Amino acid sequence: MAEIIDMPKLSDTMSVGTVVKWNIKEGQTVAFGDILAEIETDKATMELTCTVPGTVLKIYASAGSQLPVGEPICAIGKKGEAAPEPKKAPAPKAAAPAIPESTGIPCIPEAPTSSNTPLATQSDGSRTKASPYARRMAEKAALNVAALSGTGPGGRVVGRDVTAATNAPTAAPAGPINVAVTPPADGKGIQPDADSPVSGMRATIARRLVESKNTVPHFYLEVEVDAAPLLALRETLNKRLAESAAEAGLKLSVNDFILKASAEALRRVPAVNASWAGTSIRQHSAVHLAFGVALEDGLVTPVIRDAHSKSLRDIAVDAKALIAKARSKKLSPAEMSGSTFTVTNLGMFGVTGFYGIINTPNAAILSVGATIKKPVVDAHDRVVIGQRMAIGLSGDHRVVDGANGAQFLQALKQILEEPTLILI
Amino acid sequence: MAVISYREALRAAMREELKRDENVVIMGEEVAQFNGAYKVTEGLLKEFGPKRIVDTPISEAGFIGLGIGASMLGIRPVMELMFWSFSYVAFDQVVNNAGNIRYMSGGLINCPIVIRGPSNGGTNVGATHSHTPEAILASHPGIKVVCPATPYDAKGLMKAAIRDNDPVYVMENTILYNDKGEVPDDDYIVPIGVADIKREGTDLTIVAHGRAVITSLKAAEILEKEHGVSVEVVDLRSIRPLDEETIVASVRKTHRALLVEENKPFCGVDAQIAYLIQSRAFDELDAPIGRVSSIDAPQIYSKKLEDLQLPYPARVVAAALKVLA
Amino acid sequence: MAKNAVITHPESLKRPAGPSAYAKDPANASLTKADKIALYTKMARVRHFEQRCIRIYQQGKIGGFLHLYVGQEAVAAGTISLLGKFDHLITGYRDHAHGLLVGMSMKECMAELTGKVTGCSKGKGGSMHYFAPDKNYWGGHGIVGGQVPLGTGLAYAVKYRGQKGSCLTFMGDGAINQGAVHEAYNLAALWDLPVIFVIENNGYSMGTSQERSTAHPGCLAKRAEGYNMTWDVVNGHDVYEVRAKTAIALKRAHEESKPTVLEIFTYRYFGHSMSDPDKTYRDKEEVKGYRETKDPVFLFEKELLDEGVLTKALVESINAAAMEEADAAAVFADESPDPTVADITKHIYWEEDNRGPKTTSRGTIIFE
Repeated sequence: MAEIIDMPKLSDTMSVGTVVKWNIKEGQTVAFGDILAEIETDKATMELTCTVPGTVLKIYASAGSQLPVGEPICAIGKKGEAAPEPKKAPAPKAAAPAIPESTGIPCIPEAPTSSNTPLATQSDGSRTKASPYARRMAEKAALNVAALSGTGPGGRVVGRDVTAATNAPTAAPAGPINVAVTPPADGKGIQPDADSPVSGMRATIARRLVESKNTVPHFYLEVEVDAAPLLALRETLNKRLAESAAEAGLKLSVNDFILKASAEALRRVPAVNASWAGTSIRQHSAVHLAFGVALEDGLVTPVIRDAHSKSLRDIAVDAKALIAKARSKKLSPAEMSGSTFTVTNLGMFGVTGFYGIINTPNAAILSVGATIKKPVVDAHDRVVIGQRMAIGLSGDHRVVDGANGAQFLQALKQILEEPTLILI
Repeated sequence: MAVISYREALRAAMREELKRDENVVIMGEEVAQFNGAYKVTEGLLKEFGPKRIVDTPISEAGFIGLGIGASMLGIRPVMELMFWSFSYVAFDQVVNNAGNIRYMSGGLINCPIVIRGPSNGGTNVGATHSHTPEAILASHPGIKVVCPATPYDAKGLMKAAIRDNDPVYVMENTILYNDKGEVPDDDYIVPIGVADIKREGTDLTIVAHGRAVITSLKAAEILEKEHGVSVEVVDLRSIRPLDEETIVASVRKTHRALLVEENKPFCGVDAQIAYLIQSRAFDELDAPIGRVSSIDAPQIYSKKLEDLQLPYPARVVAAALKVLA
Repeated sequence: MAKNAVITHPESLKRPAGPSAYAKDPANASLTKADKIALYTKMARVRHFEQRCIRIYQQGKIGGFLHLYVGQEAVAAGTISLLGKFDHLITGYRDHAHGLLVGMSMKECMAELTGKVTGCSKGKGGSMHYFAPDKNYWGGHGIVGGQVPLGTGLAYAVKYRGQKGSCLTFMGDGAINQGAVHEAYNLAALWDLPVIFVIENNGYSMGTSQERSTAHPGCLAKRAEGYNMTWDVVNGHDVYEVRAKTAIALKRAHEESKPTVLEIFTYRYFGHSMSDPDKTYRDKEEVKGYRETKDPVFLFEKELLDEGVLTKALVESINAAAMEEADAAAVFADESPDPTVADITKHIYWEEDNRGPKTTSRGTIIFE
C-alpha cells in the first residue's frame, strides 16, 4: 500500500513549507533514515527524513513550491505500484473539544433598559451609591434606594438607612399606599386608579427637596416690582432685534431680564451668593444661575455659568439653548449642576406669587410671579393702574439673614425698575 | 482534658501516628538527635529509634524528593522543613513531583507525604527565613495546604494530614509553638477543608488563618469592649481545600467582611477569599471587603518594625471600624 | 560548526571486532536461544516504535516534545532485562523505551503521544510521562535531574521494607550537574541505599557537549568517588556488556544495600528532540560513523546471526512484525477519542478519585 508523504510540521509554529530541493527521484529506492528533501520552514531549513522505506512512486510538489502543512508532496510504495491520486489535504480536524466560537455572552453588556434600572441619577449625574445589601433590602421593602439618604462613607446608602426608612413613621411613601381609598361609587373616577413607578427624575426631585426642606431653615421675603419699565424696554429691544436680519431668531424674554438682573443684584449683595458648608460658609466668586424648566413629567434646573460676566444677549442665548436641551432630555450632568443661585418663574401660568424650596447648596431661591394690572398709588399719591410683579425670596437662614435678603431684594427691585442699570 | 502547647500537640499527633502506622517516618534536619530545631520532635528518637526518626543532611531537594519517591511505594514520610522558606530550595520536588505525578500518570500513582514546618514572620530572622508560602503552594492543584492556629487544631490537622493519601503541607508558626490550649488525649482528627468559627458575632465577619486568627481574636475583644461591636472570627484552618460554605454563611449573617492574613498582599490567601465573597455573597455586602495583610516589603529585621509590619490588633481594629462605617 | 566526535571512549572500551567479550559473562552465560531472540526482538520493537513516532510527529499529531531513544536501545534493554520483583526503575524524559521494555503496550504508548484518553496516562502526561507502577516503572519525568531524588527514595522504601531490591535511576549526561543529583548521591552513599544511578551518556546535553558543560569531562561517573560510591563505565553499544556490569551493581544493591554509579556510553541518532536541528553541534559524518560501526541493534543482530541464533529470515520477520505492531498502534492512536473537558479536573487528588467513607477531607478542592 503506497504511503502519501505530506508536508511535515517541522516546528511548532510552522504553517507552510517550501520544498527547497529534492534529494531523490521518482523510481528511486529509499531506506529509513535517508534524506528525502530539504524543506524551508519559518525558522530554518530542515531535512525531511524518510520514515517509509520503499520506492518513490511520485513527486507531487516540485522543487521551489510552497505548500501548507499537511499537503501531499510525494508518494512511496512498492516498486511498480500505481501512484495514488493526491487528495486535497482534509480540513484540519477540529481538535475535540473544539474551542467554541462564541460563548453566547456579549462582551459589552447591553445598555440597561429604563424599566430595569433601579438607580436614580443624582444631580451630578452619578449613580446612587448604595451597598448591594441595601439595594436588596430596599427592593424587598419596595423602597426606592435612590430616594433614601445614605449615612455610609461618601453618602452611601447602607443597610441601617433602609432599616431606618422602613421603620420611620413619617417616611416618604413606603411602597403601596397603606390607607385604603375607596374606589368611586359610580365606577367612573377622574382618572383610572394606577400605580406608576417613580422615574429617576421624580426620585431625584423627591430626595433633594425632602433633604432641603428637612435640613435648611427657610425664611421668606416678598417684594413687589413695578414691571412697566421692564416690559417697555423689552418690547423696544425685541422690535429692534426683529428688524435686524443678523439678529433673526433672538427674542428676549422677561425671564432673561430677571436672570441678568439677579446676577447684578448678587454683585451688589454678594452675601447671598454663598453656601452653607457645616463649619464654614463658602462665598462663591462666580454667579452660576439655575433656572427652572417645566417638563411633561417634572422639573429640571439647567445652569447658566458665569452669569455675572455675561451680557443680556448671552444669557438669552444660553437660556434658549438650555431649554431646548431640557425639553429633548439632552442636558448633560454638568449642565444641571454647580449653580450658586436659582430663579423660578411661574408667571406664565398666572401664579401671582409663591415661595420655592431652596435648591441646595444655594443659599436662596427667587420665585417670580405673573405681572398683573392693579391699582397702585403713585409718587403723587394718585391711584393709577400699575403693572406689578410679585417676587419672593426663600433664604437659608444659616447663611442669609433677613437684612441681607432684604438688601438683595432691594437691589433687584431697583435694577428691574430701572433696567438700564444692567448696562453697568 | 489536658492543657498542652501547640508544639506538644504536634508531637502528640506524630507520636500517635508513628505508633499506629509502621509506614510513618519522620525526616528532616535536626529532627532526631538534636530533638528538633524548635523541639517539636523532642523525645521521638528515643522512643522510636533511628529507622523511624531520620536526621537528614542539609539538602532539601534531595531529601524531599527522596521522601516523595518513597511515598510512591507506600512509605508515609513526615518531612520537616526548618522553615517553609527552605521549600524554595526544593521547589521543583515540592510542586512538580509531589503535586503533579498523580495527574501526569493519569491517576496511577499517589504521594501520601506530609511536609511540615514554620511558615511565619515575626521573629526577626530576616527576609529569607520569614516566608509564608501557603498561597503560592495552594495555587497548585494536586497539593493540600493546612494552617492550624491552636493546639487543638494542630494535633487534629497533623493527624489528618498524615493519614491523607495526597500531599499535605502543614503551615506551623514558631510563635504559636508555645501557645497552650485544651487538647483531648484521644484519637481525634480535624477534617481537612473545614473552617472553624472561633468566635461568634453579628456585626462583622473576620476571616483569618494561622497567627492572624489569634490577632483577630484580640481585636474582636477590643471591638466589643470599646466599640460595642459584635465580631465573628472565622478560622480557615485549611487553605486548600477551602471551606467556602462557612465563609459565605458568615458574611450572609453579618454583611461586612474583613480579611486578615500575615501573607504579603499580592495574591495572598485573602485575595482568593475576597473574590469568593464578592462572587457568592455580593448582594449580602453592606460595605466593600476590608483587608489587613503584612506590609508589602521583604520581611524587615528590626524588631519593633517587624511587629508593625505584621498585622497587629490595633491595626485590625482600625480596619474593622472602616468596614463598619 | 560542529567539532569532532566528543565521546572520548577510553581505548580499552573501543569494541574489538567480533563477538562481545561479555557473551560468556555469568550474567549472560545462562541465556537460552529463546532468551536471546527475545532480547533482540525487544530492541527491534523499541526502534520501530520510535521511528514510527517520527512520522506521527511530522504529521503534526504530537504536540510539545518528542525525545527519541534510537541508538540507545541496548542500555534500557540490557538493564531492564535483569530486573526482579523488588527492582524498580525511573528515568527522565527519553522514556519510551523503558516503558515498552517493562511491558507497556505500543498502543497505549502511541495513544499517549497523541493525547488520547486511551493513552497510558489518559492523555494527561504526554511523551515525557509514561508510568506503569504495576510493572515497577515510575516514569517518565520532565525536569532534568528531578527524578533522581525520587529514585533514591524508591530505593529507600525498598530498604525500609527489608526487601532485596533496588532502584535503577536513569539520567542523561546533562543531569549530572544538577544540584538535586548531587544531593541524591550524598543521601544514597550516606544511608547505604540500593540505588543504581545509570548515566546514559550519549555525548550531548541537548546541544552542548560535555567539554562545554562539565568541569572534568571525559568520565562523568568518576564523581562518585567524591561521595565514596563505587562506579563503573560501560560500553552501551554492547547489550551483553550492559547486562554484565549492571548485574554486578544489582548484586551490590541486593546483598550489601550499597549504591553504584554506572556511566553507559551510548549515542542518539536524532536530535535531542524532534525540534532540535542537530546541525549546530555535530556533523553528519559523526552520525553516519556511529550508525555503521556502533549501532547496538545491528551489532547484536550480527552477533546472533554469526552464532546461528538468528537467521536472515527471522530477522526480517521480527522487524516486519515490529513495524506492523507500530503501524497498528498508530492507527489505534488515530482512532482513539480525545479526553473531554470534564476529564481535565480528574486524577488530581487521590481523595477526589476515591471518595468514600474513609476520605475525610472536605471543602473546595478545585477552584474556578
